[in-house]
Amino acid sequence: MSRYTSNTGPDRDAMLEAIGARSIEELFEDIPEDLRLGRPLDLPDGRSETEVYDRLSELASRNAHAEGEVSFLGAGMYDHYVPAVVDALTSRSEFLTPYTPYQPEVSQGGLQAMFEFQTAMSELTGLPVSNAALYEGPSAVASAAYLAIGATGRKKLVASRGLHPHSRETMVTYSAGFGSEVVEVGLEGGITDAAALAEAVDEETAAIFIQQPNFLGSVEEVEALAAVAKEKGAQVIVACDPVALSVLKSPGECGADVAVGEGQPLGNRLDYGGPSFGFFCATQEHIRRMPGRIAGEATDVDGRRGFALTLQTREQHIRREKATHNICTAQALNALAGIIHLSWLGKRGFVELGELLVRRTAYARERLGAVVGVEPLHDAPVVREFAVRLRASGGGRVDTATVLRLCAERGFAAGYPLGRDYPEYEDCVLVAVTERRSRRDIDGLADVLSEVLSMEEVEMRGQAQAPVPEQVAS
Amino acid sequence: MADPSYPDDLRYHAEHDWARIEGDTATFGVTWYAQDALGEVVFFEPPEIGSQVQKDTAYAEVESVKAVSDVYAPMSGEITEVNAAAQESPELINSAPYGEGWMVKVKLSNPSEGDELLDSDAYQQLLAD
Amino acid sequence: MNPLGDGGSPPPTSAEEETPMQRDRARTIFERSVPGRRAGTLPAADVPETPLEDLIPAKLLRGRPAELPEVSEPEIVRHYTRISRRNFDLDRGFYPLGSCTMKHNPRVNERVAALPGHARLHPGQDPSRAQGALELMWLLQRSLAEIAGLPHVSLQPSAGSHGELAGLLLTRAYHVDRGERRTKVLTPDTAHGTNPATVTMAGYEVVKVASNDRGGVDLDDLRAKADEQTACLMLTNPNTLGLFDENIAEITSIVRDAGGTLYYDGANLNAIMGHTRPGDMGFDIVHFNLHKTFSQPHGGGGPGAGPIAVADRIEPFLPVPQVIRREPGEAAGAGGNGDGQIRYDLEYDRPRSIGRLRGFQGNFGVFVRAYAYILSLGGDGLTEASETAVLNANYLLARLREGRTGRYAPIAFDRRCMHEFVLSAAPAKQQLGVKTQDIAKRLLDYSFHPPTVYFPLLVDEAMMVEPTETEARETLDGFAEALDAILAEAEQDPEVARNAPYVTPVRRLDEVAANRKPVVRQLLDSAA
Repeated sequence: MSRYTSNTGPDRDAMLEAIGARSIEELFEDIPEDLRLGRPLDLPDGRSETEVYDRLSELASRNAHAEGEVSFLGAGMYDHYVPAVVDALTSRSEFLTPYTPYQPEVSQGGLQAMFEFQTAMSELTGLPVSNAALYEGPSAVASAAYLAIGATGRKKLVASRGLHPHSRETMVTYSAGFGSEVVEVGLEGGITDAAALAEAVDEETAAIFIQQPNFLGSVEEVEALAAVAKEKGAQVIVACDPVALSVLKSPGECGADVAVGEGQPLGNRLDYGGPSFGFFCATQEHIRRMPGRIAGEATDVDGRRGFALTLQTREQHIRREKATHNICTAQALNALAGIIHLSWLGKRGFVELGELLVRRTAYARERLGAVVGVEPLHDAPVVREFAVRLRASGGGRVDTATVLRLCAERGFAAGYPLGRDYPEYEDCVLVAVTERRSRRDIDGLADVLSEVLSMEEVEMRGQAQAPVPEQVAS
Repeated sequence: MADPSYPDDLRYHAEHDWARIEGDTATFGVTWYAQDALGEVVFFEPPEIGSQVQKDTAYAEVESVKAVSDVYAPMSGEITEVNAAAQESPELINSAPYGEGWMVKVKLSNPSEGDELLDSDAYQQLLAD
Repeated sequence: MNPLGDGGSPPPTSAEEETPMQRDRARTIFERSVPGRRAGTLPAADVPETPLEDLIPAKLLRGRPAELPEVSEPEIVRHYTRISRRNFDLDRGFYPLGSCTMKHNPRVNERVAALPGHARLHPGQDPSRAQGALELMWLLQRSLAEIAGLPHVSLQPSAGSHGELAGLLLTRAYHVDRGERRTKVLTPDTAHGTNPATVTMAGYEVVKVASNDRGGVDLDDLRAKADEQTACLMLTNPNTLGLFDENIAEITSIVRDAGGTLYYDGANLNAIMGHTRPGDMGFDIVHFNLHKTFSQPHGGGGPGAGPIAVADRIEPFLPVPQVIRREPGEAAGAGGNGDGQIRYDLEYDRPRSIGRLRGFQGNFGVFVRAYAYILSLGGDGLTEASETAVLNANYLLARLREGRTGRYAPIAFDRRCMHEFVLSAAPAKQQLGVKTQDIAKRLLDYSFHPPTVYFPLLVDEAMMVEPTETEARETLDGFAEALDAILAEAEQDPEVARNAPYVTPVRRLDEVAANRKPVVRQLLDSAA
């Protein structure tokens, strides 16, 4: 079935005649006979739009999503409210359907949005240079490693265990290509162990990697950690939650050379993990080592203000094997959602959001901590997420997956289990609070946890049993 | 940019670089042809003072808006001075490639390498070919 | 068909009169800020309003708020609507950017991607509660495997360049696993810039392979360069000239015999779907650009997604997690099913995996759109899409061989093309004094987006044209006539093109000044 094409049979005939070909088949004659597929693709035939909608809708109905349950899932992606203006504006053809702005005269809208985005991210991170976005958070962290290796000529990367496990794993993956090694520094009281960090950082260290707030939700003392790294000439990379920067001291003020992170909380929906955007900000010193697109101000021949991609000689299409990064297509539309969301919140709204999160999260940690069997993992300050350890009401060990399943059956996604990434926290979950989770939701979670932790079936009996996957929701 | 010129007092390298040799020191830069081919220079990245340069290898980079070009050392030696003015105002490399647009001064490790370089006529012949 | 784009009459040949859009000078959202204005409101405080300093030590808190704009919602809507109009976009007109596959973006894809079951599904959701999403990913994997002719797929890479990096890290893992340390990656001189940039990031050295006089890989040069140090050959076929390399089987066997892997840059896959498959040509690893071939909107520079399909010998090294299907009857103890139902899951236990390339499971929203596209077209429709893409390109090429374009901007390699072709405006430069850049800028006045210019590098004054299958014949005619009209103008007065464009929101920008003293963010009063 032909969809989304316009040329009819007579059109095709006329076109073939203009080409001087007898058949469309003839146009493929450069493909050697023995390499031709010679059969139809083994895929179903095309369907009508209504059938496609129904099929995709049916698939979507078998996912338990944040509209259908009370979700406290976080761990790097958060169920913030995406304002309606974000959807309305980013779905405009003029933003949705152009390519990368290679022709600036007809791309001023996208370029200006990039410039505004860069300004906002620079404000948030306290660093003067921002690019126009990378793919997403963890690969942005790995990109910061590439910059640090290039800038220092060193190959040791020291990462806090509070760095998102996906960021640490991605950095290890990339290190096979960079020829670098990743050394991990543990946590103490919920934050990076400063003494261990000082021990790990040496003259071979290209950079340290700290997450703010860290994966367990704790606010790190970035300034002190940065000072340790600087003493040895290592770069300071801070992976940060942009929403937390509404209230926290900016990475730039804390001495970061590079601030990167996952931009999803700014105007981007969850989308089961993407697309969102990664951001990348740095000191002026690094401007020519930056990865990705950067928009800059320019003036046209008549003196009008305009914008253009700038410092393009860094990029792959010009510098090729010497490029600062291989990235081409990034996440422009998602970054646009970010700047629209930030404008919508505005200077005051952004701070109010941060304050609301801090207060609700503090309330939640206290409220859940009062439930028998729930114990905060640490008492470090937190912004919008915290970790708790679970016990059966009777004090016995619980099977975390069973607890989460029973909560889910009661309409609550209680949190993100830490066991896969932190074996030492097998019985812990990460609980995230956004402005969409009211006090009533938090109280509801406390009640559900209280009920579930008193149930006999959550207790671990003898040897750990492999969990049996349960029925799909609805 | 003025008209092409290739002063007689300079020695030339086939990669479009020049050297002004004074005893065991020399000044390096790029030729009129090189700056013209590159277009308006927007950035000049000099090497560090004290670093060693090797004849026939790249020691610096110049950039236009949409191209990057290596700058090759016509002779070997140690960088004693870099042209901060050209770094600040890279347009000097276009407007005065043999004057204010010079790039580095070098203490030569082997002044006899100068004998292998081209004179103005030979370099212009190379351009013509 | 009106050859003059949507202008209706020939565009002005000078900038004497400012257009309304030009009179509306750019102002940023920060410059529209007025203290006290705001748009968003938040839920009322329902928990104790404890002073922040009591919850987080003051030394960790921000001293002053970030200088975000203070604007009302109507002002936000008006601002972004206004600046959006300063963009050219695919929905407005023809966008024949070579190598970019600017095909129509079906709106049903947007609708299904926005369903709450997709849009508000948290990536940390337990797989048992995300079965619809995992099934969709699995089905997309199977579809892409069939199209590529390679059995295993990872959806994780975020764009083509990310897929390339994945491919070379897989190559490295493959060789290391065999106890080999190879150091070089071969790329043809026509390669996309992402190829050599990726080679360096993956810790390899680039070795360039020359092209022959038909625009294909020079086999002698390839034989001379493929050796025991060769880790991989990266190739796109059809190549960036839009030409299918007839020697492809020999090319892949030369590299395979030398012990290297074969990487297929899928940027040009739109030419061959259902006709030939990279796997059948002998490639081991392929990336797909879901934002090119599979209709994900480009968004002004993303998002995209760059899944990879691989051969059996590469499969053990695929990234984690991998989406898998557990058949009924698999042992419950292995995470399988005791209850006789099919289950989809994320598999992490892959000991030889290269590891993770990014957070969570990839750009799922893009997967939804790509899968909706594949369902809409079906196997037959995808095959026909490639046919029409090739037909459209050859038809446009035929039109452009005529008249002034044929004279001043002839095809670089005189062959039939696949889905795109490359013209060289070198004669226009020599005979008329107008460069490719000038022609491109004048096209903007005619309301056409120019082709990709100055690429591939081996063609002088290159213009790379890719019309895609979704363009109607009369649009192609209009483009051909506009190019002819521009060259006719240039015969009369080359200054018209040299000073173009005239009616765009801004005219040519001084990029030299912008690069000498880059201004990459706005300086705000309180930040100064």
